[in-house]
Amino acid sequence: MQGFASEFNHALSLILNGDAELWAIVLLSLQVSIFAVLISAVIGMPVGAALAVARFPGRRALIILVNALMGFPPVVVGLLVYLMLSRSGPLGVLELLYTPTAMIIAQVVLVTPIMAALTRQVIEMLAEEYSEQLRSLGVSRLASVPVLLWDARLALVTALLAGFGRAIAEVGAVIIVGGNINHVTRVMTTTIALETSKGNLALALALGVILIGLAITVNAMVSALTLRAEREGLRHA
Amino acid sequence: MRDVVTGTPGILEVSNLSITRDGKTLLEVPHLCLDGPGPTLILGPNGAGKSLLLRCLHGLIQPDRGRVCQNGVVLNADHKARQAMVFQSPVLLRRSVAANLDFVLKRQSMPRILRKQRIDALLAEGGLDGKAGQPARSLSGGEAQRLAILRALALEPETLFLDEPTSALDPSATQMIERMVLRASARGVRIVMVTHDIGQARRLASDIVMMQAGHVVEHGIAQKVLNEPESDDSRRYLAGGLVT
Repeated sequence: MQGFASEFNHALSLILNGDAELWAIVLLSLQVSIFAVLISAVIGMPVGAALAVARFPGRRALIILVNALMGFPPVVVGLLVYLMLSRSGPLGVLELLYTPTAMIIAQVVLVTPIMAALTRQVIEMLAEEYSEQLRSLGVSRLASVPVLLWDARLALVTALLAGFGRAIAEVGAVIIVGGNINHVTRVMTTTIALETSKGNLALALALGVILIGLAITVNAMVSALTLRAEREGLRHA
Repeated sequence: MRDVVTGTPGILEVSNLSITRDGKTLLEVPHLCLDGPGPTLILGPNGAGKSLLLRCLHGLIQPDRGRVCQNGVVLNADHKARQAMVFQSPVLLRRSVAANLDFVLKRQSMPRILRKQRIDALLAEGGLDGKAGQPARSLSGGEAQRLAILRALALEPETLFLDEPTSALDPSATQMIERMVLRASARGVRIVMVTHDIGQARRLASDIVMMQAGHVVEHGIAQKVLNEPESDDSRRYLAGGLVT
């Protein structure tokens, strides 16, 4: 117990004293995950909105596929991205393996289905409510997409935060494609795994505290947004 | 289009309209001509087909058979662009009160400065001054319905369809809505409104369409339909009997 307390104190001092190595890892983690989430949003949100509004053969199957991809095992995603980026893979020539870009790609693959599925769900509910009114106002199905995306903005920010939560806490895929190289691809989760196995619990604990802090912050932001939406009557029925 | 000679709004005409679902006739209207000078009110019990008829007139629902014409021309996109509809539960965008009005004005490519003036004028007309920046979804039921009507009027429609706009409102809120409807009618907007409220029909209607089980059982001048109904269904309904 005394050992744990001393490791924890050491961890706190690393955080509070602004340990360069620790904060470099935190910064890289944030950079990778924020980029990944933004790219996922750019891809996933229009796809989700299109799935909600458009009517075409195979739409239902596509929705099932997107929903299924939300539960795709991260290590399998890591393996597939690794195969794509490895020297003998189709994208090997780009030499992206073991770089932050490879980690971003892996996180994009993981987070995009979440963005698409949540967006589809939110927009479909809103479209059902708005459908007759927008048609009455002369808004076409295609033109209704930006209207719906804007009016669902609070719910979509929640989706964005959910995606970020998933990305920042991810370990399996990024360790495969990033390689956990010191000062290059070492992020919070992979460092925690490595340092714990080495017995360097202080750094692992410090990163754990920051990760938990981020998770709580993200959840608090989601709750605040939900509360605001409820207060303003902006939530979907 | 409003007739420049007589001053009456465009004539809506329905021919051989029919909607059937699972072998059940939901709407069967051989002929109906709405050419009166003032508001037309559609009365009848639940399931009579009132809202369905309204949606057909507005082109929101395509009938299985038959057609809707405006001034003798089959309802087309141009006609629809000059119509507006207000629903029983107002569907307001998740934006401010002013942004709900701005949405339709922007679609008309109105310059920003004119939009601002028009929004102010509309808010004053609906008694919503001072609420421009308020989230539309936080308005009371009566205010929300008034905003929905203002948004419809912002389109400067020739025909305004209203589907039981006051069914959930108290007398004071109902009175405000009725005044807005009468003002729009006085400006030459053709009003076609569904209601259950016989008193409202007495207050507003120029002509009344009585419906029962998907059929028009009577159509005529309001005074005549209300005081000397010709059909048994109309008589029972107007006498306050339970018409099922």
